[in-house]
Amino acid sequence: MRLVPTASQTVGPYFFIGMGHLCTRSAPAPAKEVTVHGQVLDANRAPVPDAVLELWFADPSGQYASRADASGRPCGFARIATDAEGRFSFTTCMPGPVPFDCECMQAPHIGVLFFARGLLRHLLTRMYFPGERTNAADPLLQSLSEDRRATLVARNTSASGKNLEWNIVLQGENETVFFAW
Amino acid sequence: MTELSPVNPAPPGTQPDFNYPPYVSSVARSPRMPLVMLPNTISERSGPVFGPGVIVPKDDDLTAQHPGEPIGERILVHGRVLDEDGRPVRGALVEVWQANAAGRYRHRVDQHHAPLDPNFTGCGRMLTDEDGYYRFKTIKPGAYPWGNHYNAWRPAHIHFSLFGSGILSRLVTQMYFPGDPLQPYDPIFNSIADEKARNRLISHFDLETTTPGYALAYSFDIVLRGSEDTPFEAPKK
Repeated sequence: MRLVPTASQTVGPYFFIGMGHLCTRSAPAPAKEVTVHGQVLDANRAPVPDAVLELWFADPSGQYASRADASGRPCGFARIATDAEGRFSFTTCMPGPVPFDCECMQAPHIGVLFFARGLLRHLLTRMYFPGERTNAADPLLQSLSEDRRATLVARNTSASGKNLEWNIVLQGENETVFFAW
Repeated sequence: MTELSPVNPAPPGTQPDFNYPPYVSSVARSPRMPLVMLPNTISERSGPVFGPGVIVPKDDDLTAQHPGEPIGERILVHGRVLDEDGRPVRGALVEVWQANAAGRYRHRVDQHHAPLDPNFTGCGRMLTDEDGYYRFKTIKPGAYPWGNHYNAWRPAHIHFSLFGSGILSRLVTQMYFPGDPLQPYDPIFNSIADEKARNRLISHFDLETTTPGYALAYSFDIVLRGSEDTPFEAPKK
């Protein structure tokens, strides 16, 4: 007999007490190649200052870490809390492409779990990288309409390509694509 | 191309809706566009694995993290973390946080007019053992008022955060206590429409695990998403 998964409840405003020990601004990664800045906005375009993102991404060769390092943390995971203006930033490596299925690959991306007061269940989304040739062949990106797809792709904010901007809009115009889980 | 094959959808009503107007802050923070079905790829099947390095001594004893003992009713909280097939989830990182016995969190945002306890931080963590078992010692948290509506009070609860075998099994929830008269009035607790699913968030008083003369005990089992015939283990073709 299948058990019913335990119901989710909001992380609430005080998550930092229990989750702060893993919060960082620099994702444990083999290299520091790109810095992502962003802001989280609600339906009224008010910043969300009490949110926390969790990132999960592959290394540059496209491998997901299968174990923790000596600190007990796995490479490719980071937890980032938003600041008083709802902003977040992190520095990381460029993840490699990972398989979609036996026949095709996915473009490099970062899986993002999003928690905040007001969210009874967390949200799940992805960030993709701008100018990646493989974006055009990514099955998930290509399954979305152009305007929806745009919410998942970060923007270059410098000529070097090392500084990106990616915002999370919880509701309304340019609402970020969120996935069912 | 592989068909999009989501994990088993949760039975209706067993998870809260994103937009639940009685919980006022859900209204402007919940998406309105339909959620997109996620393909079942290695990105979803994999997830962060934590090791003993994230745990330091006394992380599982919230009453022993300061020179003195915290004020309040000492309790043991324990249970098993299982997947949908009832198999233990081993090595799962469990993080907990809570208010003190007076209903106050050690957090700058919490301005509830109740005392902080210098001997209580309200933060703990542990990894489940080979049987998916976890256990920690703490004090029973107090109820506290909040601004959701007139005379709103949160029932006593402990926050839980869990990592399972993949990112789709991630869970953040709250554990409640049996017999709490505030539960029928709490929009967060009542956001789960299914009564059985809702009541599974209430721990059980556990006389057997009680330490005589020292601490009462509550048991709380947790089921994470994922099972053998869903994407967590192997890609479906």
